[in-house]
Amino acid sequence: MKIILPFFAVSGIAAVIYIGVKVYNLQLVFGIILPYLCFILALVGFIARIIRWAASPVPFHIPTVCGQQRSLPWIRSSKIDSPVTGLGVLFRVLGEVLFFRSLFRNDRANLYGEQKRIIYSSDKLLWVGALLFHWFLLVIILRHLRLFLEPVPSWIISLQGLDGIFETTMPGVYISNVFISLSILYLLFRRFRSRIRYISLPADYFILFLLGGIILSGILMRHIYRIDILDAKAFIMGLIYLKPMVHEGLGAMFYVHLGLVSILTLYIPHSKLMHMAGVFLSPTRNLKNNSRMKRHINPWDYPVKVHTYEEWEDEFKDALKEAGIPLDR
Amino acid sequence: MEKPDELKKDIDLIPKKEDWMDPEVEFKKGRYCYGAPLKHQQYLELPNPREWQPSDIDWRLPENWKEIILNGMADLLKKNRSFRLFMDICVRCGACADKCHFFLGSGDPKNMPVLRAELLRSVYRRYFTLQGRLFGRLAGARELTIDVLKEWFYYFYQCTECRRCSVYCPYGIDTCEITMIGRELLNLVGCNIQWVVEPASNCFRTGNHLGVPPHAFKETFDFAIDEIKDLTGIKVEAPINRKGAEVLFVAPSADYFASPHWFTFLGYLMLFHEIGLDYTWSVYASEGGNFGLFHSMELAKRLNAKIYAEAKRLKVKWILGGECGHMWRTIHQYMDTFNGPADFLEVPVSPITGTRFDNAKSTKMVHITEFTADLIYNNMLNLDKTRNDKWRVTFHDSCNPARSIGLFEEPRFIIKNTCNHFFEMPENTIKEMTFCCGSGAGLGADENLEMRLRGGLPRANAVDYVRKRYGVNMLACMCAIDKAALPALLEYWVPGVEVCGVHELVGNALVMKGEKQRDTNLRGEPIMAEEKG
Repeated sequence: MKIILPFFAVSGIAAVIYIGVKVYNLQLVFGIILPYLCFILALVGFIARIIRWAASPVPFHIPTVCGQQRSLPWIRSSKIDSPVTGLGVLFRVLGEVLFFRSLFRNDRANLYGEQKRIIYSSDKLLWVGALLFHWFLLVIILRHLRLFLEPVPSWIISLQGLDGIFETTMPGVYISNVFISLSILYLLFRRFRSRIRYISLPADYFILFLLGGIILSGILMRHIYRIDILDAKAFIMGLIYLKPMVHEGLGAMFYVHLGLVSILTLYIPHSKLMHMAGVFLSPTRNLKNNSRMKRHINPWDYPVKVHTYEEWEDEFKDALKEAGIPLDR
Repeated sequence: MEKPDELKKDIDLIPKKEDWMDPEVEFKKGRYCYGAPLKHQQYLELPNPREWQPSDIDWRLPENWKEIILNGMADLLKKNRSFRLFMDICVRCGACADKCHFFLGSGDPKNMPVLRAELLRSVYRRYFTLQGRLFGRLAGARELTIDVLKEWFYYFYQCTECRRCSVYCPYGIDTCEITMIGRELLNLVGCNIQWVVEPASNCFRTGNHLGVPPHAFKETFDFAIDEIKDLTGIKVEAPINRKGAEVLFVAPSADYFASPHWFTFLGYLMLFHEIGLDYTWSVYASEGGNFGLFHSMELAKRLNAKIYAEAKRLKVKWILGGECGHMWRTIHQYMDTFNGPADFLEVPVSPITGTRFDNAKSTKMVHITEFTADLIYNNMLNLDKTRNDKWRVTFHDSCNPARSIGLFEEPRFIIKNTCNHFFEMPENTIKEMTFCCGSGAGLGADENLEMRLRGGLPRANAVDYVRKRYGVNMLACMCAIDKAALPALLEYWVPGVEVCGVHELVGNALVMKGEKQRDTNLRGEPIMAEEKG
């Protein structure tokens, strides 16, 4: 149920857009109103979420330390996994953002034999899958910038050329399209396995189907339901310069692609996709391991009831005397 | 208790069910801790005090318990970025799942860190997010019901806040934070366990978790002094509440009252005598550990306040801390924030070597292994490693010194300089990837022994590996809870491996000026292993 429902939700959205455009000529609704609406709501939602995070303080200094601390000068400390400098923290956070270093540590615990011995084996598959997905997503987004910028910067053209270097078919297959398809299939199929299936929510499948739909419609548009790229660009530039115009020649698949992207954008601030921003703010990763060197202030600190020495001495006066322990009073 | 093989038999890391959304509240015997006694709830002035057991059908919650919890959540969301962020950004990739010792030892899928967090997250979604309000269960949202609350209790007291999962999480989501928040919420309606509240209440009143009053404290010190005299022929001093000393020494109370902690305690006393440290113990601040940390930030602060207050009263220059795990989490990551600034103290300088401990320049508190490693590095100690030759030693990194401080090499340096035979456990089970003993965060009770044994299985499994491979027969560690929990745990899973503190090894190896010929180690056993005939 938690798999089928999100699948039908995404397929339903795609079908509505397709039919809406194809049969009822609702280009205005799906090509102009929907993108604008989604974009504005997403922007507001995204900013609101960041503000809400940033407004919550970090009362305590809680880095998860993953390397030797800096203590005695003759002990080699870990500059990144136990950072004491801003640069160390920067490398630590960038290591997470760009290379998923924590995920790289991943291992798998297996129980072997009658004795149920726990044996750990390296498990980098998730790391590889996640890295491929995210990096090729970036390539694809950058490649799409050619539809948003005029003139198109030369590095984007180079990137596009590089991405399409294997011109075995006409038009050429993008390397990024191949890898993102493979990685999203991997990310989807690993969720079907029992342990991940147990922890997965409909939202986890929804996002994969949605991304899958976007990828599929994009690929279809390039290889089967061909559209005129110049028309697409003119249309998008119209949107950007707030002079939107309906282009009859773009074909329904274009609107499906655009519509699904709009829904994705709308969904971002309300979903786990906010990890894209949250990873920078995570207090277990972005704090220095210097809590004994520099005092961390808790902004909502308040006085608490303590048992003072005087009260304590009064209560245990006789016992203290008996033991010959010096008294204050 | 079942036999080890029996206990392991039913562990299955593949969940049998499809889904976790319906709360299950079977309090399985051996897996949960008893409720806090009324007397101690009242002494600490905790909310909704009553005699209460988790297994009761009626938890006698306040009428408006739901409102209290939800208001509490709103408040904690406002106060803690970690909470808000960790509620929002988990992608359920599952990397944390098999990193939890309780999951590996029990196979209970709700012990996967991600699921432990989802128990709270589902309620967060329902009351604090748009999609949860709109789509309910479809968005992974759950109503807050009594059963959900009970489930929280069951699983937030099956987490030892060891933070291993947060090492592997691509966003650093820390289940310790989740558990701490979950426990804070449960406290608002008066649900906590005996093994946390009673030590906390004892500590608040007497100065230590065990509730040792001043005269008994003094007696145990006299006893230790006599024991060292018998062992070495040397009468050591152990000043208590002495004003004007240079250093205040604070250790977990178990060190001077429990075994095998006791031998570490002897090690401290011998070391301080040998180097002529100008120091004092305190009865008022006779506890380094802080069970308040397992209850709420407020209680942690209340208990922790004594250490600085006493340092100020005794007019010492700086503070030295003994071997303890969560004590050092509190000192390293919380104390300065709670009760600082310690501007009445000086930056710690070792009076023996002159080394300035700049890593503790703000809190002014140094870990004993940092202090001793510095002594050894500067050749200030005369050590006879052969006195530990009986032991083939491995080192268990305790969760807190490992993942909150990064205290890896100091204890290893000490062990390598006091023992001839040292062997590391497999690398996925040491340092930042170390496994918990399974009894931390207030779960070291008797009634939940089964769960503790299960939680300790991954650690024991690694010990078993080095025992078989290298003949390891001693596990050194520097945490009072480890020392309390691991002997029984290893006896159960890996018979033949004993447990000691790092400073017990120091005490054994330390050649003291004017000592008599030592025939036994601190445990009173012959120094050399008996030859097998």
